[in-house]
Amino acid sequence: MHTKTLAELSRDLETRSISSVELTRHFLERIERYNPELNSYVTVTAGQALASAEAADARRARGEATPLTGIPIAQKDIFCTRGVRTSCGSRMLDNFISPYDATVVERLDAAGCVMLGKVNMDEFAMGSSNETSWYGPVRNPWNTQTVPGGSSGGSAAAVAARIAVAATGTDTGGSIRQPAAFCGITGLKPTYGRISRWGMIAFASSLDQAGPMAQSAEDCAMLLQVMAGFDPRDSTSVDLPVPDYTATLGDSLEGLRIGLPEQFFGEGLDADIAARIEEAVNTYRSLGASVEPVSLPNMHLSAPAYYVVAPAECSSNLARFDGVRYGHRCENPKDLSDLYQRSRGEGFGDEVKRRILIGTYALSAGYYDAYYLKAQKIRRLISQDFREAFSRVDVIMGPTAPSVAFGLGAKSQDPIAMYLSDIYTIAVNLAGLPGMSIPVGFSSGLPVGMQLIGNYFSEARLLNIAHRYQQATDWHRQIPSGMNAI
Amino acid sequence: MSLSSSDVSKIAWLARIAIDDDKKDDYARDLSGILDFVAQMDAVDTLDVEPMAHPMEQTQRLRPDIVSEHDQHSLFQSIAPQVEDGLYLVPKVIE
Repeated sequence: MHTKTLAELSRDLETRSISSVELTRHFLERIERYNPELNSYVTVTAGQALASAEAADARRARGEATPLTGIPIAQKDIFCTRGVRTSCGSRMLDNFISPYDATVVERLDAAGCVMLGKVNMDEFAMGSSNETSWYGPVRNPWNTQTVPGGSSGGSAAAVAARIAVAATGTDTGGSIRQPAAFCGITGLKPTYGRISRWGMIAFASSLDQAGPMAQSAEDCAMLLQVMAGFDPRDSTSVDLPVPDYTATLGDSLEGLRIGLPEQFFGEGLDADIAARIEEAVNTYRSLGASVEPVSLPNMHLSAPAYYVVAPAECSSNLARFDGVRYGHRCENPKDLSDLYQRSRGEGFGDEVKRRILIGTYALSAGYYDAYYLKAQKIRRLISQDFREAFSRVDVIMGPTAPSVAFGLGAKSQDPIAMYLSDIYTIAVNLAGLPGMSIPVGFSSGLPVGMQLIGNYFSEARLLNIAHRYQQATDWHRQIPSGMNAI
Repeated sequence: MSLSSSDVSKIAWLARIAIDDDKKDDYARDLSGILDFVAQMDAVDTLDVEPMAHPMEQTQRLRPDIVSEHDQHSLFQSIAPQVEDGLYLVPKVIE
């Protein structure tokens, strides 16, 4: 059962060849078997999952099922889930039982999805390897000595190891796409504002965006269909109609114009990855697409600008964790100031503290113009580069990450080296554009991801482009060995 | 840009985060490294560039000024570290 895609399982549920209870039991058994090795789930909600599965089967019997009714999924632990711990990978929220559901959770629940549990992540989504989590690192199912990427590392590992049919993720600088690439799955970061951020614990509010992570583009389309849409509770939610994402998946790619930015193929890119991308682009040529070079001349400034904008917004957002209303509180505070300082000092890990401190510094009196304002201007230049490129091409393609999954501990002592693993994904968040990562082969036994970047609100086209590739190839159907005993 | 451990103390105070004294040098080194990294931005002339605060260039939506939330304070306070008579408790602020 676990080798099937969400779309295939949806059809099996519809024809009654399986029930949601059977499917959910199977995935719970697989979690019990494989999660101790991977550390993907931080909370398994087995009882709740079986109750939801029974409710899903009953709903189907009444003829009220949606395509997602009865499908077992994992929620990234950044999404608030009522009555269930929502830790955000942090000691700060280790004791936080959310009093409400995030919009994303509410929508997937309403469609009848079964939540298997909450999956691990870098603390407050700050990291690219899932090593900053208070609950320890997640291991990559393709090679357990390597990282799964981050920050949605638990989501990516769970889908790759088939201990969830699909998972939710969030992406502030690459946190859906980079782990999707490292774990050989399909991930989509939609246009900023497409999916509600309500109940999704905030990191950098002008960059954060939720998205689906699954085996295939078709699976992502089915999930996005439910996740996307206007939400008055999120002040940056975009009030535009949601197209039918599955209706156009099979459209022809004849005449598709692909742009390859020279800046994506320069120094620092692993040669094997460059070769895999070239092979994938050739597959697109055979599907009727044309290819031309484009230029994103300010691309090299995206990581420097991001490491001002994101920490600045994080320092403001994370000011809410004060040890007073919820979350971690230090023992025996001697005064209010001590209460704040020690609760925050104990509750946050090193990378989160670094980012709060950098953001605090960048926003402090006398430095605002030199850092935050400068970064916002660079952000404009980067966004203009994309605008120029999209006047000539329909989609931009390139590597998702400069290397395949690296070893556990290889970059955890060097913040800058870690930051550079998102060098190809960050610009997309600064501009607010949609981006995907799809598996396009292997290097040294580890998956290689290709990034597809589209214009604003072109999710349907991106999913179509990814789907046609997946009909012509089977990289997205590969399963790590050793995950098939049950 | 190089930060000293006393700069770290000052920034940590602004952010209300306790940093152990024996870790301040490490923070000074890492934060200085990050500031050097972001200084690459200085190579570009941005004098005439309009800052971009938000990808969609949106203004904040307004909603009708009517009550949309009901009182849930006992639910919210059920997860608070210390509460008495519906109030959050903190150490004494005024002697």
